[in-house]
Amino acid sequence: MGMTMTQKILAAHAGLDKVEAGQLIEAKLDMVLGNDITSPVAINEFEKCGASSVFDKDRIALVLDHFVPNKDIKAAEQCRQTRNFAGKYDITNFFDVGQMGIEHALLPEQGIVGPGDCVIGADSHTCTYGALGAFSTGVGSTDMAAGMITGKAWFKVPSAIKVVLKNKPTGFVAGKDVILHLIGEIGVDGALYQSLEFTGDGVAALSMDDRLCIANMAIEAGAKNGIFPVDDVTRAYCEGRFRRTPVEYQADEDAEYTRVVEIDLGTLRPTVSFPHLPENTRTIDEIGETEVKIDQSVIGSCTNGRMEDLRAAAAILKGRKVAKNVRCIVIPGTQQIYLDAMHEGLLEIFIKAGAVVSTPTCGPCLGGYMGILGKGEKAISTTNRNFVGRMGHVESEVYLASPAVAAASAVTGYITDPAKL
Amino acid sequence: MNAHGMVHKYGDNVDTDVIIPARYLNTSSHKELAAHCMEDIDKDFVSRVKEGDIIVAEKNFGCGSSREHAPIAIKASGVSCVIASTFARIFYRNAINIGLPILECDAAAQEIQSGDDVEVNFDTGVITDHTTGKTYQAQPFPPFIQNIIKAGGLLNSIEK
Repeated sequence: MGMTMTQKILAAHAGLDKVEAGQLIEAKLDMVLGNDITSPVAINEFEKCGASSVFDKDRIALVLDHFVPNKDIKAAEQCRQTRNFAGKYDITNFFDVGQMGIEHALLPEQGIVGPGDCVIGADSHTCTYGALGAFSTGVGSTDMAAGMITGKAWFKVPSAIKVVLKNKPTGFVAGKDVILHLIGEIGVDGALYQSLEFTGDGVAALSMDDRLCIANMAIEAGAKNGIFPVDDVTRAYCEGRFRRTPVEYQADEDAEYTRVVEIDLGTLRPTVSFPHLPENTRTIDEIGETEVKIDQSVIGSCTNGRMEDLRAAAAILKGRKVAKNVRCIVIPGTQQIYLDAMHEGLLEIFIKAGAVVSTPTCGPCLGGYMGILGKGEKAISTTNRNFVGRMGHVESEVYLASPAVAAASAVTGYITDPAKL
Repeated sequence: MNAHGMVHKYGDNVDTDVIIPARYLNTSSHKELAAHCMEDIDKDFVSRVKEGDIIVAEKNFGCGSSREHAPIAIKASGVSCVIASTFARIFYRNAINIGLPILECDAAAQEIQSGDDVEVNFDTGVITDHTTGKTYQAQPFPPFIQNIIKAGGLLNSIEK
């Protein structure tokens, strides 16, 4: 019996010819990531156990992105602790305000992660890098601390669900709609402890920004990782960008999957996740035109803060105005995306439409700052979670959607099909 | 090694945002985190919980964020064990890595109710509900994980 793509990467990093689902292994890590929320806990553990060095200063990435520029004194102290640690151990990939971006937009963009890598990050959306053909998974701060010390992590080799993508998306359908649809199909624990391996002729029709968005939300189906095959889109993205040598892995023909899910991209519709779970999906056609009145629209995050996302939002907002009593907050994922959006004139479109544009931050996605919801308020958001209280007050609501739907909804004040504007 | 205490019962998909809301993630102080544990799903939890108490929940407990603050908040609030039908995988790792015992047992998760007096034997995996008199057999930890727990957490188990 053959191996899945994920199993092949894990076997190679464990120095084994073959692994199988359920096997416990210790794998070498190509990159260990932390942010300003999770790194302080890891640094405390690192210091408490008496460690005095990191395994490789070039293979640790510390990104201040959740509560920066510092939202309050406590956040400032957490950043200061992380900054001091990065200085003490001369961490190459330390990103402070001015260089930082949202970690999962930043690391691929900067060529810090790439095909064939084995990556852990103390952030659940670390699974994003599966878009590049890497094994990449979220862990906690203690795993991060151990990873920084040893350059290794233990894993239980996952089984996999094969997701066969067919045909091409049409109209306003984007990567976000693909992953929301899948989560709606299999549920928030549908891929628990497993890999989601994307395959099929539909993959070629998806841009890298779409793939990053899809892999990003693998965790919202409970998955350990989501992974795409390496193709010309991947190679073109990594060319001149990825700092190490890419290694391309392919699933064996006779790899075993616990389940096969087929998605016809050509029949997908813009999809929205209703409160309070990402699996509560409805297509835009199932939502009445004035059914859900919104107070806020958030366009950004590690899920949808990339250039194509901003272009999709700008195409809707160009020459239009954000509805009265709606706050529309646009957050480019990185400094480079911010700059590119400026050069393309997107920022002017947003500002003229009455949206605000923020420096890169995770801020509102997790109810940190920069767009907290009050009691009873509703937001449409391109972020990844709509749990109770996720964006603010425990009685507020978050509806997850693509940038096009979030922008169209900002214009009308209700959750709206962008095709109907 | 045993846990023994009163049960606080929850349903499916208890996520890390309700276990410890992100508005409190500007600290890594265990005591401060414990003061807000379960706040958005059960605002009286903090005033009711006693040392040794047990959380019982249904499927996918701890889904969402990788914040280790979630199992830390639970452990620091005095909870001695979490029993669930299934756990989200990052929470599962984190709980083991910080030394919060967790057990998967669907029957126990379905039948045990809030307020029950429950005892857990980690060596045998036997869960006893003294209120109903029923016993349940949980999945024991694989040896690899037992070693991490015996060492007192992941960082004690690695060679530095």
